[in-house]
Amino acid sequence: MTSMMHDHITALLQKEMREDGRKPLEYRKPIKVEYDISPKSAEGSARVTIGETIVVAGVKLEVGAPFPDSQDEGNIMVNVELTPLSNPEYELGPPSVVAIEYARVVDRALREGHALDTKKLCIKEGEKVWTVIVDLYPINDAGNLFDAFSLAALAALKNANFPTFDKKTEKIDYKKKTKTPLPLDKSPLEVTVIKINGTLMVDPTIEEWKSVDARLTVGVLENGVICAMQKGGPKALTMEDISKMVDIAVEHTAKLRKLL
Amino acid sequence: MKRNDGRAPEELRKMEAKTGIIKRADGSAMFRIGETIAYAAVYGPRELHPKFMQNPEKGLLRCNYNMMAFSGSGDRVRPSANRRSREISMVIEKALEPVLDLTAYPNAVIDIFIELVQTDAGTRCAGICAAAMALADAGIPMKDLVSALSVGYLRNEIVVDINGEEDMNEGATDIAFACLPITGEVSLLQVDGEIKKDVLLKALDKAKEAAMKIAEVQRKALKERYHDKHDA
Repeated sequence: MTSMMHDHITALLQKEMREDGRKPLEYRKPIKVEYDISPKSAEGSARVTIGETIVVAGVKLEVGAPFPDSQDEGNIMVNVELTPLSNPEYELGPPSVVAIEYARVVDRALREGHALDTKKLCIKEGEKVWTVIVDLYPINDAGNLFDAFSLAALAALKNANFPTFDKKTEKIDYKKKTKTPLPLDKSPLEVTVIKINGTLMVDPTIEEWKSVDARLTVGVLENGVICAMQKGGPKALTMEDISKMVDIAVEHTAKLRKLL
Repeated sequence: MKRNDGRAPEELRKMEAKTGIIKRADGSAMFRIGETIAYAAVYGPRELHPKFMQNPEKGLLRCNYNMMAFSGSGDRVRPSANRRSREISMVIEKALEPVLDLTAYPNAVIDIFIELVQTDAGTRCAGICAAAMALADAGIPMKDLVSALSVGYLRNEIVVDINGEEDMNEGATDIAFACLPITGEVSLLQVDGEIKKDVLLKALDKAKEAAMKIAEVQRKALKERYHDKHDA
């Protein structure tokens, strides 16, 4: 079955066609970002739709001790749970390596792209800092979770406000949200470019994703500078491929960022 | 008595229901009551794994209830199943099973996954409402719908569909209730708190009345799916 789909997809690509009629470098429609999907409970939240793919993101804030090597900085954490609700192939249980990769790749762009000014997340040096936790869930997994998660994470961070923190009792009042947004300095965003049988393309469907020879996720900042990368897939890439893939990612991250 | 959100004692929170929202699933639905939002997806009947669990006489109804990490009222909810979510998953299965004929699916499983995006009390009941709609959306033969809500006993008065504030801070006796709207049979009943028998019976009557209103919302959403042909 997989091999039949693979043959079908590669045969179509030779004619510059895809199973759903798109061009190789075209995203599915609609693409949209909706905010405040969980305004009562999350500090920030968003839903991203790319074609039939739907993911949600929520931001929660906690207060804790800083790490020994960054006494005056807060932290960011990204978590992905591949809900069996979203895809018949996902199962319950501890996070699979697939879920871990999604979380770490999204985390890498946010962290290395310095999305948040972590110094502004410090409450008292050496004692108390904010930890920002981004939780990502697919609702309908119809492919390209990497791009959807990256966009949703950034949208939820943008949507988030601090809860009230009482310095005397050292307790968070989650019910009283302040009007202070998170110190979102930069907007690192990721686009994944895939290669099937020599053709470079974006926004793969599930079937295309299963036929990938190689993939490259590229995190890009507003000024076009790269801040994170992850190569995957069973085959190798040439230098020329990488150069083209980065150009494609830079172009599409700029387009996607406009949705925020 | 005034309720904290201005509702009358027998007034439900605003409801919203949709079906077919998760295209990869065999059936799916969203049910919202007040600030509580539940998604449900049905997969199956499909082959049951591991194989030793298969039963040639009867299929299995398997449910998983989960609160998203950001969906709680305070701190982040740690992911993965805990004792609370396991028990809730189990009572949801029992609340839905009476409307299904599982003997029609030997060796198979019907999986229901419920995810809460936001919570403000009544999450298991919202989950049941969404799951019942998702089962119908999946085309699985059902004797009846299942409609669920929580009723409370607060300051000597019965209140319908309690919210988080009434449940956690005002100390209402909380009754989780589900019934089959056609026959009125009860398929979920859990009571947390003190209540006298005569009050309980009155509360259950009010719960049943309210469940009829919920059933209307569920039916309407199921019908809408087939009215709007452009949606597909």
